[in-house]
Amino acid sequence: MIDGVLGGGPEQQYLLEARQMQALSFMIHIPLVCFGIAFPAMVIFLEGLWLRTGDPLYKAIAKRWSKAMVILFAIGVVTGTILSFELGLLWPEFMATFGDVFGVAFGLEGFSFFLEAIFIAIYVYGWERLPPKVHIACGIPIVLTGITGSLMVISVNGWMNKPEGFRIENGEVVDIQPFTALFNDNFWHELVHMYLAGTIVAGFLVASVYAAGWLRGNRERRHRICLVVALTFASLTAPAQLLVGDWAARTVAENQPTKLAVFEGLPKTEKGAPLHILGIYEDGEVKYGIEFPKLLSLLAYHDPDATVQGLDAAGPNGIPTNTGINIVRLAFQAMVFAGTFMAMVGVFFLWSWWRKRRLPESVWFLRAVVVLGPLSVATLICGWITTEVGRQPWVVYEVMRTEDAVTGADGIPIGYATLVIIYLSLAAIAGVMLRRLARKPMEA
Amino acid sequence: MLADLSAALLAVGLSAYVVLGGADFGVGIWDLTARDEGLRNRIKRSMSPVWEANHVWLIFVLVVLWTAFPEAFGSIASTLAIPLFLAAVGIILRGAAFALRGEAASMAERRSLGAVFALSSLLVPFFLGTVVGGIASGRVPVGNAAGDELTSWTNSTSILVGLLAIATGAHSAAVFLGADARRGGEEELVRAFRARALGSGVVAGALALAGLVVVSSDAPDLWDGLTSGAALACVIGSGVFGLLTLVLEWRSRFEPARYTVAAAVGAIVAAWALAQEPYILPPELTVAEAAAPDATLAALLGCSAVGMLILLPALAWLYRLTLRGQLDKGSNA
Repeated sequence: MIDGVLGGGPEQQYLLEARQMQALSFMIHIPLVCFGIAFPAMVIFLEGLWLRTGDPLYKAIAKRWSKAMVILFAIGVVTGTILSFELGLLWPEFMATFGDVFGVAFGLEGFSFFLEAIFIAIYVYGWERLPPKVHIACGIPIVLTGITGSLMVISVNGWMNKPEGFRIENGEVVDIQPFTALFNDNFWHELVHMYLAGTIVAGFLVASVYAAGWLRGNRERRHRICLVVALTFASLTAPAQLLVGDWAARTVAENQPTKLAVFEGLPKTEKGAPLHILGIYEDGEVKYGIEFPKLLSLLAYHDPDATVQGLDAAGPNGIPTNTGINIVRLAFQAMVFAGTFMAMVGVFFLWSWWRKRRLPESVWFLRAVVVLGPLSVATLICGWITTEVGRQPWVVYEVMRTEDAVTGADGIPIGYATLVIIYLSLAAIAGVMLRRLARKPMEA
Repeated sequence: MLADLSAALLAVGLSAYVVLGGADFGVGIWDLTARDEGLRNRIKRSMSPVWEANHVWLIFVLVVLWTAFPEAFGSIASTLAIPLFLAAVGIILRGAAFALRGEAASMAERRSLGAVFALSSLLVPFFLGTVVGGIASGRVPVGNAAGDELTSWTNSTSILVGLLAIATGAHSAAVFLGADARRGGEEELVRAFRARALGSGVVAGALALAGLVVVSSDAPDLWDGLTSGAALACVIGSGVFGLLTLVLEWRSRFEPARYTVAAAVGAIVAAWALAQEPYILPPELTVAEAAAPDATLAALLGCSAVGMLILLPALAWLYRLTLRGQLDKGSNA
């Protein structure tokens, strides 16, 4: 364990508010990241269809979507900048102590972000101005940088959960190896898990808008194309996410056994540990849940009799509060159920498309797609709550406590309230604007 | 050695942000005071393709600072939390207002979004300027919120740097917009921006001179730094480029003025960096003491070198397309 290099400073009364403020900003930013990951690929897929078939409708849709893409990117730039500010404003001890360990990843992210901004500008403002082949080629760096940018941030998150690339000697961070930190053991599964999530969220959110239109009677060809393209992206990834989720859970079991115990609320180390669905964690056990014997061992180690480490191994100071444990359990289970539901809808769509070459016509299918838009965002946030609240009370897992990372400055409640008001009004305004954009007549 | 190179990288990123981001903020002032839609249209068309790229410089500066000089970053962010938070709020409002303004349906909507955009364009450079003033005048000690949370940025040096940031931004913006208008053959707008450029140029120059007076009494160490050696050369250079810019504006030669105004602004940043050398947080923390271990610095510098090799040609292409008007719907290019 280590204290911050800045030496602590005045005690912070509003640690929980600081955490909530950071969480709020992430919740706003992360759905936008999903669009950065997946939306450019959808747009250039449509542009590619236009170049292959010469059908102007594909181009019109790609152009329309590219406008939404630039608005979402612009808001993402802003919310991302706020996050970088908050890292310093709220957690100066964390940044001062470990900035030199994980910072290089952010440096690479900065460059990738830069290139993304440049090529998005050229792409969006270059319709009709650049030769079509040059234009679509400008889309490729957008797709790539959308991936690499978030890759670096995910690497830092993986590092916070599995800190590597340094040693602690007499309370000081020494022997820093930035690239070991960058490619830590948590990097790969978090990366793949988030990328599939990004594609699922972007796909289902876009599909949700058009499914709602379809139910209102907008059934012309343009609408069908938009719906099918978005649904295809989401449906191809949603089933794969179940496998990646399993991989992620098994990696957590290996790297952060205490965190796995938090997912379940497993009080004591146990052979053949059970899994409880629903219920609450209270007085050191899960109450009112539905028990499935040996299921936790089976899921985490693919062996019904495997030993699973319990919360007792870490001691009361190494685990989240009871509230924290309940939040994580709920978020984890919600994520798993919603993810499974999305995979089922995805498989149903793919099957129907493959067998009948058309959209499933059932009203219930379309209603499900409408719901999946917001539900996929909620699932994404549940996933992040699982990994981040599950990390508590550590900011750097088992190395630095969150309470030792926080700022000593006053005014967190004021800042928090200000941010809530701003984000709520922005969300309202952006919602109105995007709706209006969707209703505007198409230009050729 | 690596520490100095990293500090230089920081200074380069900061100069780019002050010149490009600063002009971008300056545009907001002309938008606020514009009386006709022609001017606003010009502003929007000039800004749209480049504004995100201009603002990524700020993220770049933050990242280099916390990676290469983590203790300095933590100390600055905790002591100067108030102006940094206010700048962050301004950044959110400004970005959102600009992105959404294109979709405004009615005049009233466009006006209110425009007002938010313009107002936040003033607030962000002002508060970031006060942060610079606080650091330069030696008011940020090492530690978690160890400095005074108010006077570290409400002192006279801070206020002056804040105002100077607004004025230089407005000036560069007028020059850049004038050049864009000239390229688009919009002579009426060229005249409008000429008047604005001359006016704001005089104000920026006057503030810079007033700044020297304020610094001499409020921050004597900084004053000593600015008036000796290489920093002095930069101060003089900035003045010369500033005067040259005014002459070019007078003669309506906006295209070369783009470069002289950038040089004048960049030289101020360089002068500040050289004046407080060898300190990153004067008067106690030097660049060498604050620097991360060599392994980190080498990785950061190596990645930056490779990154720049990819970034600079892309950036050059974007600006070339923009400067030729090829991303501008309204022009005849």
